[in-house]
Formats: sequence, C-alpha cells, structure tokens
Amino acid sequence: MRFGVVVFPGSNCEADCYYVLRDVLGAEVDYVWHGESDIDRYDCLVLPGGFSYGDYLRPGAIARFSPVMESLKGFAEKGKFIIGICNGFQVLLEAGLLPGAMLWNESLHFVCRYVHLRLENDRTPWTHLGSEGQVLRIPIAHQQGNYYADEKTLRALEDSGRIILRYCEPSGEVTRRANPNGSVGNIAGICDEDFNVFGLMPHPERASEEVLGSTDGLLIWRSIMEHARGNG
Amino acid sequence: MAELYEELGLTESEYKDIVRILGREPNKVELGMYSVMWSEHCSYKSSKTVLAQLPTRASYVLQGPGENAGVIDIGGGLAVAFKMESHNHPSAVEPYQGAATGVGGIVRDIFTMGARPIACLDPLRFGNPEKRRTRYLLSGVVAGIAGYGNCIGVPTVGGDLYFEDCYDENPLVNVMCIGILPKERLIRGVAKGAGNAVVLIGNRTGRDGIGGASILASQEFDERSEEKRPSVQVGDPFTEKLLIEACLELLDRGLILGLQDLGAAGLSCACSETAARGGVGMRIHLERVPLREDMEPFEIVISESQERMLAVAEPDKVEEVIGVCKKWGLNAVVIGEVIEGDRFEVYWYGEKVADVPPSTLASGPVYDRPAERPAYLDMLARADLTSLQHPRDMGEVLVRLLTSPNLCSRRWVYEQYDHMVQLNTVVLPGSDAAVLRIKGTSKAIAVSCDGNSRYVYLDPYLGTQIAVAEAARNVVASGAVPMALTNCLNFGSPERPDIFYQFKEAVRGLADAARFFEIPVVSGNVSFYNESFGTAVYPTPIIGMVGLIGNLSHRRSLAFPGEGLGVVLLGETKEEIGGSEYLKVIHGRVAGSPPTLDLEKEKAVQAVCIEGIRRGWILSAHDLSEGGLAVALVECCCAGEVGAEVMQDESLHPVYWLFAESQSRILVTAKLEDLEELRELAASRGVSFRLLGKTGGDRLVIEGLAEFSVAELSRLREEAFLKLVEG
Repeated sequence: MRFGVVVFPGSNCEADCYYVLRDVLGAEVDYVWHGESDIDRYDCLVLPGGFSYGDYLRPGAIARFSPVMESLKGFAEKGKFIIGICNGFQVLLEAGLLPGAMLWNESLHFVCRYVHLRLENDRTPWTHLGSEGQVLRIPIAHQQGNYYADEKTLRALEDSGRIILRYCEPSGEVTRRANPNGSVGNIAGICDEDFNVFGLMPHPERASEEVLGSTDGLLIWRSIMEHARGNG
Repeated sequence: MAELYEELGLTESEYKDIVRILGREPNKVELGMYSVMWSEHCSYKSSKTVLAQLPTRASYVLQGPGENAGVIDIGGGLAVAFKMESHNHPSAVEPYQGAATGVGGIVRDIFTMGARPIACLDPLRFGNPEKRRTRYLLSGVVAGIAGYGNCIGVPTVGGDLYFEDCYDENPLVNVMCIGILPKERLIRGVAKGAGNAVVLIGNRTGRDGIGGASILASQEFDERSEEKRPSVQVGDPFTEKLLIEACLELLDRGLILGLQDLGAAGLSCACSETAARGGVGMRIHLERVPLREDMEPFEIVISESQERMLAVAEPDKVEEVIGVCKKWGLNAVVIGEVIEGDRFEVYWYGEKVADVPPSTLASGPVYDRPAERPAYLDMLARADLTSLQHPRDMGEVLVRLLTSPNLCSRRWVYEQYDHMVQLNTVVLPGSDAAVLRIKGTSKAIAVSCDGNSRYVYLDPYLGTQIAVAEAARNVVASGAVPMALTNCLNFGSPERPDIFYQFKEAVRGLADAARFFEIPVVSGNVSFYNESFGTAVYPTPIIGMVGLIGNLSHRRSLAFPGEGLGVVLLGETKEEIGGSEYLKVIHGRVAGSPPTLDLEKEKAVQAVCIEGIRRGWILSAHDLSEGGLAVALVECCCAGEVGAEVMQDESLHPVYWLFAESQSRILVTAKLEDLEELRELAASRGVSFRLLGKTGGDRLVIEGLAEFSVAELSRLREEAFLKLVEG
C-alpha cells in the first residue's frame, strides 16, 4: 500500500505524517505537491494538518481549489482511501467530500491538548482493529474544530454509522464537559457514505509513539494498512 | 537637517560624527539609515562595552554572539542554533501584532543560520492582573504568539509568566527560538564576492514599521505612545512558513552564499551588516524592490515590513534561486550586487540617493555611560523581616500562594500554543524544562527560560546569578547537561545612572555565573528604555538555557511518577524570605535580600541530580523556586495525579520550611531500595539529603501543617488563572 501525503502551501503536519508512516510503520510514502493531479499510484492520500494558505478567508477554503483536489474526487470514487486530519478535515468539508462545516471553537481560542475519544464504529476500514466503545487518547490542536451539520445530515450520519469518533470522558462517557470545542454531538471524526473518506480533528500521528505519550493513533494507521492487505 | 536628525532620534554629537564620516552633510536617505542603525536597538551603543566581559567560547561553540543566532555542536554532525529577543514596545502598543511579529523575527534569525526552527519559548511579564489593561495585553500577546507560531508549525513549548505592577504600562514579551541543523548547512549573514547578486525574497515592502527600531524600541513611553501604532509591523505567518521551506531548500541545494533576515532597520541593516561582515560593499536599486504602496526611497530603506530575506548568490545560480522561491509562491528579485570597497550605494531610478561606508552603519557609536548605585537598594536590603507576624494556618497560606497570579496554573496560556507539532516534545509544557527529542538519534535537548526580576531588583548582581543558576538547575532537573545560554536583558533607560548601574551589575552577575558554570553565552539581546512616565520596569534579565540529554531515557519531568516512592529534598533550606512570593502575597512587601547563592553548592547539587538520574535512581526531579517547597510539592502531585505524605523539619519555623526560596534545592523521587545509594552519592558531594516522606494516595499531607486532596489543589490552581483572565 502506498501513501501520499499532500503538501499545500502552509501545511505543517505533513512531515509528521510522513515520519510516522515511513519511520514508525515502515510504509511506502511520498509527498504529493498540491499542484500535482496525477495521483493514481497511491492507495491512500493523507491531507495533513496545518494552515493551508494561512487559513486566510476560512480554513480549507482556498486549498480546495488546488489541482490535487480535483483529482481527489475521482480518487475517492475509485474506492481508494483519503484521510483528512485537522486542517485536512477542514479541506474535505470545504471540498464537499464530507458533509458539514467547521465553526470557531466555542472558547474562540486555539486549543492544544490530549482528549479522549470514544470509538463509535469498529466496522470501518479505519477502525476495524479497535472495538466499539473503546476510548482512545489522542491530542487535538485547532481553533476551528467546532463541527456543525444540520439535523437531517446528522441523522443520516448517525443512522449509517458514519460518526466514527466522539469526544468523551476518560471513562468513555460522552459529556458536555469532555467536548473541547462545542462540536455538535461531540463529533470528532466522520466518514463518507462508503467509509473510504475519513475526516477527524484529532491528530493520530501525534499519538503513534510511546515516547510521545500515547500510541492510540496507531489503531487508525494499522487498520487501514491491514484493510489494504485484505484483512478487515 | 537639524530638525530631522532630532526627530529621528539622533543626538547632535552623533549627527556631527555622521558629517565627519561622510565628509559632508548626509541627505535624507542617509540620515534615515544612520538613525535606525545607530539606534540603541540596532547598535548596542550603551551596552557593547559592558557585554564584552561575557564568556562566549567553548570547544563546541560554532558561532558566538554577533551573528543572527548562536550555534553549538551537539555531536553526530548536528548543531543547535538559538537566540532570544524582545518585542516589548510593539506589544505594549499593539499586543497581538507586536507579539506575533516578535515570533516571526526570532524564527527568521534561526532559519537564517540554516537551521530548521524546532521550538519557541516565550517569557512574558505583565502588570497588575486586576487591571483591565493587563488582561487586554495578556490575552492579545498570547493570541499573537499562538496565531503566528501555530501557523508556521513551530511548537511553542515553554516560557514563563509573571505579574508585577512595574510592568503595567510596559509589558515584556521575550521570545526564544531553537533550531537544528546538519553542521554543513550552517550559513552566515555575510556578503562576499564582488559581482555576486543580492536577492530580496519574500513579502512586498510597505510602510509598516517605519522607524520601529529607533522610534519604538529606543525611547520610553509617554502619552503619545498610542500615536506610535503605525510603527508596529504586521505579521504574515503564512509567508513566513513558505520562507522557512524556501530558504532551507536553497541551502540544501547549495544555491546561496549568505543569508540575512530583514528585521529592525530593514534593508539598511541587512545590506550594511552583511557587507560589513564580509568586508565588501553593496550596490542596490530601490526601484526593483517590490512595493505594496507608493513609497519614497527614504521609507524603502528603513521599512520594517516582515517576512523578507536577503540572499547573496553567484550570478549563474540566480535563475535557480528565483525558481525555488517561485515554487513556494514567493517573490524573489535581484535588487543589486556585491561590490568592492567599504561602500553602500543606493540608487533610485538611476539616481544615487545614498553612498555611505557600510562598516560605519554596522558598527555605530560606543558609549560608556555613567552608573551610580541607586539608593533604594540599601534601603530595601536593610528591611527587617525577622519581626514579621506569620499567619498560623499554613494550609491557608499555601492556598493563597497557589492561587496567586505568579504561582497558579499556566494551562490557559500553553494550551493556546500548539506545543506538539513536529513530534519532538517529549516533556510537555508545565515541567521545569521542555524536552525535545532529536529524531534519528538517542539524544534530546532541554530548554528553560528563567529570570526572577524581583530578585534582580533587590540585588542586580546576585539576582542575575540566581537566574543563571536556576535556568541551569531546571535543565539539570530534566536530565540534561547545560551547554550554552542566550539571554534577553530588559532594562530602563541606559541614560539614567541608576538604571545603568543595575545593568552593569546584572551583566557582571551573568558573566561571573556563566564563567563559573562554564556555560558560554552564545547569543543575546538588550532591550533598554522599558519605562513609562519616568518609571522603569524591574531590571529583568532573562536567561534561556539549552542542555543536552545524551540518552533519551534519562529525561525527567517534575510529575511524581507513581506511588510508594521516597520523596527527597536535595539541598539546604535556610531562613530566607527576602524577595519571596510569600512576602509579596501574604505581607504585600517586596523587600529584603534575595536568597543567598553558593555557586559551589549549586554545582554540587546539580552534579548529584544528573548522576542520580543517570544511575536510574532519581525518577522525577523538580527545581525549588518561587513559593518554595510547599508549592513544589503541590506541582509534583498535581502533575503526577498522585498524593504524598511528608514530614516537617522541626528545626525551622514552618514558614521557612515551606515557603523559603533558598537556592540550590531539587525535589526528587526515588524507589525506596535506591534511597541509600542516592544518600551516599549526595554525601560524597557534600549535598544535604533529606528524606521527606513517600508518594501515594490522593492527598498531599504535610504533617501537622496542611492537608488537601490533590484534585482540590489542581482545581484551585486552574480556577485561579481563569479568574485572573476573566476578571
């Protein structure tokens, strides 16, 4: 399985994702410049965190016009995989590859800290190595991670099991207090209808080594790699 | 010109010097250049002779002071570049942009040396937190640091934050940046080779920050300060991020010979300094400079527009240089060339508008300012602190200290900073030092910023020595050996003899302590004129210490790491409360002498700590500082989410035992079976070893004096800060 980590001007977690995929997981991975449109050789594209185009106008609002984004639509339709982390999630929303939008955090502040996440669906290519109700400890770092979608969309997401992660207490209980940004339904990560596009605000690449304090993010990377091998 | 030079901040004798150098009257453009380059901020004219006593050498120092940043060799072909700077005045006028551009400036200093910036730390000083202005400045500065640092993907991993009334009008915003580089990528801000091209990269030039260095940074504040808002630059972190990537790519591809950022004094400074360092001249054409608006030559040469770099490249590499910049979406324009001789020629549509020797711009005047010991020093030192009425309830004192502005939680601040990006932060903010691992090696570096200005106010020499000792101790408590330091010296007006005395004494303290510990001073910054309405801030030298951890497994944090461990105090507690938080918070006084410092004992305590960590006996370590032992215990319990039970020292009054800020003390934990060996190690170095008790449970019990649940202590510390910012 070959990963491509997309680099927009202003991305700043691309090197972190690349490092984890190559050096921690031993995966095959390249950087993909945002101006490239030939992305057929990849099986999974990573849209990393950061501030593409400085987040000017709105996070992801300019990045979605990059040539690589045009190709991304066809890429997803071929059943290949796309994961958008933080700013990458914002780009996927702006591009319409996932439903909903991001608002400013309720506090209006940027917030960087470890959060607890409840795994809501373990039957996806991204999470099949985990189990429903499992609690993951992974950091967030964003100012606009307050996910919003109208009720109809929410219900559809809910009914089809496309809400993958919710902010929760260490015990797994989904509470208002555990919500770091005000997102509707404590939503931290969602999938598209076919479960091959995954967007999430937490940074799994920051929780992929013991030395950094958590390895819970590996569940996501390993799940998709196993899935590509035909397992799960 | 007479009115103009005064308006630009030059003195009459300086003006005469310029006339003598040029052999004629300077024109407006030339005068503008001299005024910014000879400002205190750029020329160090009052501090240069005093700073000369600092020790700057060691076998591993690759670059000492005088360049954009200091650089040390950490082995394995790698080097670390670091420096600290101030952005005090811009932040007082416009907190968000002032702080943001402070980050931008220091980050450029680091990648200018060929290093990838890997972390920032921000020591901050504000006034009385009960004032609305303080809360406005605090939230603006923190948001500015976050807005810029988070965007460029450089984690902000530490710093410190203190409140004192003396900073009401004039806050201090210091910024330190650290970068890492393969040794062979080290590059200097030097122009060489006549005929080589001078390339301006990055943002367009506008009128922002015209005269920032001379007008803002080199004058005190008064009621007209608000009018200086146009002198504050505006930051564009997105362009900075692109500049980092483009410049590092230019260096990796070997396309450039010299690199210099444009900061204070803009093109004047970048051109004259690079030319002077290389012993060459430079000719530039201002009409080629990409402009944001219509500007006069006078404005273009001194504009402080941000996110611009100057590169020197061989003519046949220019096309490739421009290509790399284009790829990153950046402007890159050849604005001139290197020439022979000590000449800086500036043209505007073919007309020569300035012609001066760059060495005279870059070197500037030197002053030996008069210094006189201020009367307050002896008065405060004589204060009788032995007859104070101490409160009876030590638990209540502890709560008041824990919830005081200087000791409560800093989470609200550091959670607004992305402190994890780049995946190197292995000890997160809130500990004694931030620890950053170096990928691909077993090494890590520990960094800490320290400076208790109250101590320095009470005794400039001793207070500054303590700052060096504490910064070193913090790094040691994290498991690192101190390697080198940078500093930012924030003082009032050097033209006042009492202030200059503080400055000279502080630098003497810095020099003596650095020499004693054999820690070279590799970079630094002086910020004078931190005054408002005639009152200066406390003398505030801030020390930024960098230490090396050879084996990542030796890193330590302050958190009590588990239950059933012995809690040990290394070092002696004395009857010292002069200048303490206890004295300020409980008795409302800033008086007495700072705690004593025995450099030999300090060295011994640090040696025991490092050795104890290497042997695997010491499992956590925390330097004792403001608030003394009691506050340190609380911090260790809260960070580890575990309780502890400790005994009293019957030989001391509880106030001294719990709240004295005696130096050279480290609170450590060790397994019970390792205690005896640790005790022997301490004894072998003549270091006092006192077993206080054990970790465990969910309460902190200080026998007979105070008892709290750890959760309650955490809640108190967190809520106190929120109350403080919300007013």
